[in-house]
Amino acid sequence: MSEDKNVKMEESADLNEGRREFLKYVCTSSAAALVVAPESSGAVVEAANSADADVTVAEFFQGHFVLMSDEEKKQAIARLEKRYTAKYAKKTTVSDVAAPDGVLFGYALDMSKCIGCRRCVHACVEENNQSREGSVIQWIQVMKIPKGNISFSADELEKGYPEKSKFGDYGVQVGGNAYHPAGLSTEGAQSYYQDETVPDKDFFYLPVQCQQCEKPPCVKACPVRATFRDHAGVVLIDYNWCIGCRMCQLACPYQARRFNWGEPNLPAEDMNPKTHYFGNRPRMRGVMEKCTFCVQRTREGRSPACLEACPVGARKFGNLLDPESDVRKVLATKRVFRFKEEFGTYPKFFYYIG
Amino acid sequence: MKKAWSFAKDTSLYAVKGGSIFYAWILFLFFFILVGSYTSYRQFTEGLILTGATDQITLEMFFANFVFTAHVAAAAVLVVAPGYFYHRKDMKELAVIGEIVAMVFVATGITFILYHMGRPDRLLHMVPGIGFMNFPNSMLVYDTIVLNVYLYLNLFGVLYILYNKYVGTFDAKHLARWFTPIVYLAIAWGPLIHIVTAFVLASNARMESWATAVLPFGFLSMAGASGPSLIVVIFLLARKYSKLEVTDSVIDLLTTIIAWSLGLLMLVFAAEMFSVLYSSTEHADSLKYNMFGRNGLNMYVPWFWGIIGTLIGCFIALLFPRIRRSYDFWLPIVCFLVFFGVLVEKPMVLVFPAFSPSPLGEYTEYHVTVIEFFNVLFVWAMAFLWLTLIVKGAIGILTGEVRYHKSLSHTVEQS
Repeated sequence: MSEDKNVKMEESADLNEGRREFLKYVCTSSAAALVVAPESSGAVVEAANSADADVTVAEFFQGHFVLMSDEEKKQAIARLEKRYTAKYAKKTTVSDVAAPDGVLFGYALDMSKCIGCRRCVHACVEENNQSREGSVIQWIQVMKIPKGNISFSADELEKGYPEKSKFGDYGVQVGGNAYHPAGLSTEGAQSYYQDETVPDKDFFYLPVQCQQCEKPPCVKACPVRATFRDHAGVVLIDYNWCIGCRMCQLACPYQARRFNWGEPNLPAEDMNPKTHYFGNRPRMRGVMEKCTFCVQRTREGRSPACLEACPVGARKFGNLLDPESDVRKVLATKRVFRFKEEFGTYPKFFYYIG
Repeated sequence: MKKAWSFAKDTSLYAVKGGSIFYAWILFLFFFILVGSYTSYRQFTEGLILTGATDQITLEMFFANFVFTAHVAAAAVLVVAPGYFYHRKDMKELAVIGEIVAMVFVATGITFILYHMGRPDRLLHMVPGIGFMNFPNSMLVYDTIVLNVYLYLNLFGVLYILYNKYVGTFDAKHLARWFTPIVYLAIAWGPLIHIVTAFVLASNARMESWATAVLPFGFLSMAGASGPSLIVVIFLLARKYSKLEVTDSVIDLLTTIIAWSLGLLMLVFAAEMFSVLYSSTEHADSLKYNMFGRNGLNMYVPWFWGIIGTLIGCFIALLFPRIRRSYDFWLPIVCFLVFFGVLVEKPMVLVFPAFSPSPLGEYTEYHVTVIEFFNVLFVWAMAFLWLTLIVKGAIGILTGEVRYHKSLSHTVEQS
């Protein structure tokens, strides 16, 4: 993992200092909006001119979004839309559509179909405005896990400690074939594979993202309730309320949470302007983020971006309360398990063997 | 009000005056404060990306050092308790030094947490009324409460004792009826902050090596070793360079505490190592990584064995009366080793290796960056600067060199 760290540090050093300063300037000053203006349309110019330092100050003093009155919410949304429109030079909408009633979102993933192509990862990055360079953020991590067929070898048969005894038990404590994992195990899993082609025949793949636990340890650990579960069962974060203490990251048994270690680097041309307050709106430095089941899509009845991108149809999404939904049908007919169920978090993300 | 003003003035004036060694020490600290101001500015404007932390190892040096400051702050009660619980006359006068150490180290710990936070500007989000406190669920909330209460208890105790001594109204026999309960509360609060800090770590079920019931015991025994080590050094310096009366019996009691805290620590380590290593389940993975490395990643291995060796060596050394009574040479060396050993144990044994394997099976090494390192040194330099100045002012008051004179024009009495 030290490699990953090195990459992060190098890229942060490479980041053009001038460009970073420039972005910061754009974010807080109306004068800078004029610099952006020539590249953008007339409507954007108008919005950009009013995005001044007051916006940032008002944003600084805003309370927890869930606890706001309707009027305050409207103002907060307007402020953000103004700021993002100015910063990314494109008309940005920030929705605060509530979750539909009578819905409990659930996800199911067919691990026998997954080929490890990571199209879901990249679709997620594009949909959810994740940081591209510098501090790279990806909400989905695909584990490449060795199949048992490469775990055992005759060479290892007489290896290990203790050595041959009169009982014939080689290596029952240390070493030998006992030291090779086989099957679904995080031991020996690789998450940073750079294969030309997938799938690799000696491996199977397991994508991991936020499991939207019914008993989320992250929500319990957050000292300010910046992260919470909405009534459709999705764990969300108010990016403007998070204090960056990372207790949630420490509590999460799925390594699903990502921290903005530096200023997120989201190129304006790649920015997805259709956003949700708790979902894919651009984040700031020093706050936590994670998969929200694409709250900006699913609250409007659409499917998450990762599901749409999957070329093999390994992903199913739906309402756990509706017997006709895809995910309920999977639960009814397939062999389903929850990842790391021993942590007692009761995820609403299910893996199955199709 | 006039008295309070002259108390502040006289004590500060006394605190900043000293010999050449004193000034050299202050200058030494100022070097790190100067460099650290720049590195702190960088971190607060560019973010934690300048530290070595990653999504895999999410706690940096700041958090590791915070745990250590909690050790020392909690252990300061070991100087206060003998005077107040056992009525040891030789310790009662010195209790205030213990409270100063507690106060400064809690403040230092809180500073480390500010460095740890991604958004220190949003600190007020945690204040009830303005923000929201996730009580009673979040362990960090408990920790914030107990640390702040401990800070203010000690701040109040120190100011009360020193001020009354300064104006000459302090009578150990007739402490105000409400003051003794406050001291007792502060004594009970010391271990409390530490147990809660241990629970902040132990509450994370996925951190297999922290989710152990011996963690608070390990913390308290390390506190009992590292805190008194610092205080022994302060006392040895104070009686060498000032008129403060510190008898050998005080040093001997503290040395005994250090030795047997280390003894208990050996037991805690042994118990933890046995219970995880015998069955060698996933709970043993990070300990094995720490002890032996894994697939060529072995950065923590020398630190682990070095620290264990140092602490065992210090324990054995303190069993010899000749070393315990070598106040000018061996004892300060052993105390320094214990203090430094426990300090380095925090990142290199407790915190960093615990993150490997990560929940998805990744093994990682933590590489401290220069900026992070100088930020840590900055906080430490500030801590020792305050500690030096406050302890020095307190010594002036305890020895009677700084006293309130109604008739004279509030100057420091040079005696």
